Amino acid sequence: MKLLVIEDEQDLRNTILHFFQQEKYLVEVARDYEEALEKLYLYAYDCIILDINLPGGSGLDLLTKMQASQVAYNVIITSARNSLDDKIVGLDLGADDYLTKPFHLAELNARVKAILRRKQLSGSQLLQLNNLRVDFESREAFVEGTNLTLNRKEFDVLSFFLLNQNKLIHKTALAEHVWGDHTDTADSFDFIYSQIKNLRKKFKDSQAQLEIQAVYGIGYKLIVH
Amino acid sequence: MTLLNRTITYLSAALVVILTVWGVAFYFKMMEEVYDSLDDGLANYKLLIIRKTHDDRYILNKEKFEESNYQLLEVAENVALTAKEEYKDSTMFMEAEMDFEPVRLLTTYFKADNDRYYQLKVVQSMVEEDDLIRSLTYAVILLFVVVVISMFFITKLIVQKIWDPFYKLQQELGKFKLGHTRDFKAPYTSVKEFDSLNKAIENLLADNMQVYEKQKNFIDNASHELQTPLAITTNKVEMLMEQSQDNEQLIEQLYDVLKQLQRMSTLHKTLLLLSKIENKQYIDLEPVDFTSLWRQAIADFSALTAYRSITVEILEKGIFLRRFNPDLARMLVTNLFKNALVHNAAAGGSIHVEITADGFSIRNTGKMEALDAARIFSRFYKESSNSSSTGLGLAIVHAIVKLAGGDISYRYSSPGEHQFKLSFS
Repeated sequence: MKLLVIEDEQDLRNTILHFFQQEKYLVEVARDYEEALEKLYLYAYDCIILDINLPGGSGLDLLTKMQASQVAYNVIITSARNSLDDKIVGLDLGADDYLTKPFHLAELNARVKAILRRKQLSGSQLLQLNNLRVDFESREAFVEGTNLTLNRKEFDVLSFFLLNQNKLIHKTALAEHVWGDHTDTADSFDFIYSQIKNLRKKFKDSQAQLEIQAVYGIGYKLIVH
Repeated sequence: MTLLNRTITYLSAALVVILTVWGVAFYFKMMEEVYDSLDDGLANYKLLIIRKTHDDRYILNKEKFEESNYQLLEVAENVALTAKEEYKDSTMFMEAEMDFEPVRLLTTYFKADNDRYYQLKVVQSMVEEDDLIRSLTYAVILLFVVVVISMFFITKLIVQKIWDPFYKLQQELGKFKLGHTRDFKAPYTSVKEFDSLNKAIENLLADNMQVYEKQKNFIDNASHELQTPLAITTNKVEMLMEQSQDNEQLIEQLYDVLKQLQRMSTLHKTLLLLSKIENKQYIDLEPVDFTSLWRQAIADFSALTAYRSITVEILEKGIFLRRFNPDLARMLVTNLFKNALVHNAAAGGSIHVEITADGFSIRNTGKMEALDAARIFSRFYKESSNSSSTGLGLAIVHAIVKLAGGDISYRYSSPGEHQFKLSFS
């Protein structure tokens, strides 16, 4: 899997680079409009993480060029501007997703994985992990054929873990994934805790071969054997 | 009242006064002329009658008016010599009219050829005063009507012509929208006063647009420039946490740092949002059905309300449809619902939403005492030390309601129940 990170902030670029290298991805970076354009012409990427504000040009212009080139690209826009207009324009120009800065690495990871999975499995939305099978389209999970019957939020939590296997997921990132902008709602952490309790119970009852482990008081980790 | 109507009203009032004064003065002047001419005629008669007595003695015995318009009466010498010639108004029975009609009467004295003294009375029929007044009044009223009608059309024409630049400016100003209009050009006029008005307005609007743009740019810049370092720090801390999973103390402290970064980012975003609302950057309006927005909010939070066993009820007494900015409408409803949820009773509470034709209200169980209604909408006002609350939710609600020209009120409706009522006229 080959990623291109187009980001002008060096620190952010490096963090994303290291994070995805740890995930065993092939990662390349571009620091400005010109460099990004050059790399996009020369190489093919499975997923592109694109910042909108770039020295030398706008990320939206890059999107326009990609759209005109007849080659299929998978793009996640990252922008510090929490502007609905930008989001709409970006998605209209063929971007797959839009992430507002600051974002959590686990969230970026989940979104990249989701895109890659769609691309890799060419439309199929099934994921098999040990004895667990998840259908992302119908939003259902089965353990050896038995439906786990998850509610909407439980499925959100599970899919977030599945896309960040064996990774530490702190509660803030999880709450934000599940509740979006509404993490400031009181008890959202308690709520998440109860969802995880339910998930664990359902895993146990159906003898799923995966385990959600608590990491001190700060978060969780999906252990896949 | 339009400019035209006001002008006509003032002019008509002035005309009533002027025409009344004119009518009265004209009446008296005319009466004076009539008397003058009548009295001249009577004086002439007198001379003719006296001359006739020289030729015809019998006339001296004519003691009744009868068919002619004079009578003679013999009087004592001393009476004739002391009395004065007198013109006065009187009445006389007229056979034709079968009524007493006004006449002008001349009473005079003279010494006839026979050395006796006579009193001579000569009458002349006169116009009827009330007839004259009536005719005059009609004439004045007719004049008034004709003048007012012609004035109406003249004024209309003048107002249209003279105030044309003003109306054009008014039209242009009606189209002006801060944030939408890039360049405001007042219509050209050669009238000096309107030209200076246009220039003043152009300058005023140019300043306004500039301030608006500056503020908008500041908000955009602040958003970008501050969120970027926050993004970098957040991700670095996350990387550090990933790497220090064996060290409980370190990872917990790193998580505290992360939570504070998160809080900073949320606060910053929320404050920017408030500024954006107050700077009127949400300008696009479209019809918004608040019932479906409320249903959406209730559905969005259903997992959380179910988890906290809070019962949610929505009562639709009417349909509240209004032209609103869709983003702001969503924020308004979400923030109100969140507020009702965050400050709800520990367990088994309730939220009641009521929608009417001109607004909606939300009522929730919570603290067993009334909140400070005067401060509840101010920024960073917190009733509890709940750290997950930014203290800005109701400030945003308030800003949105004000911007949309509505009203919001807080009421401690019954023990432990808090209600927010929003109405838009």
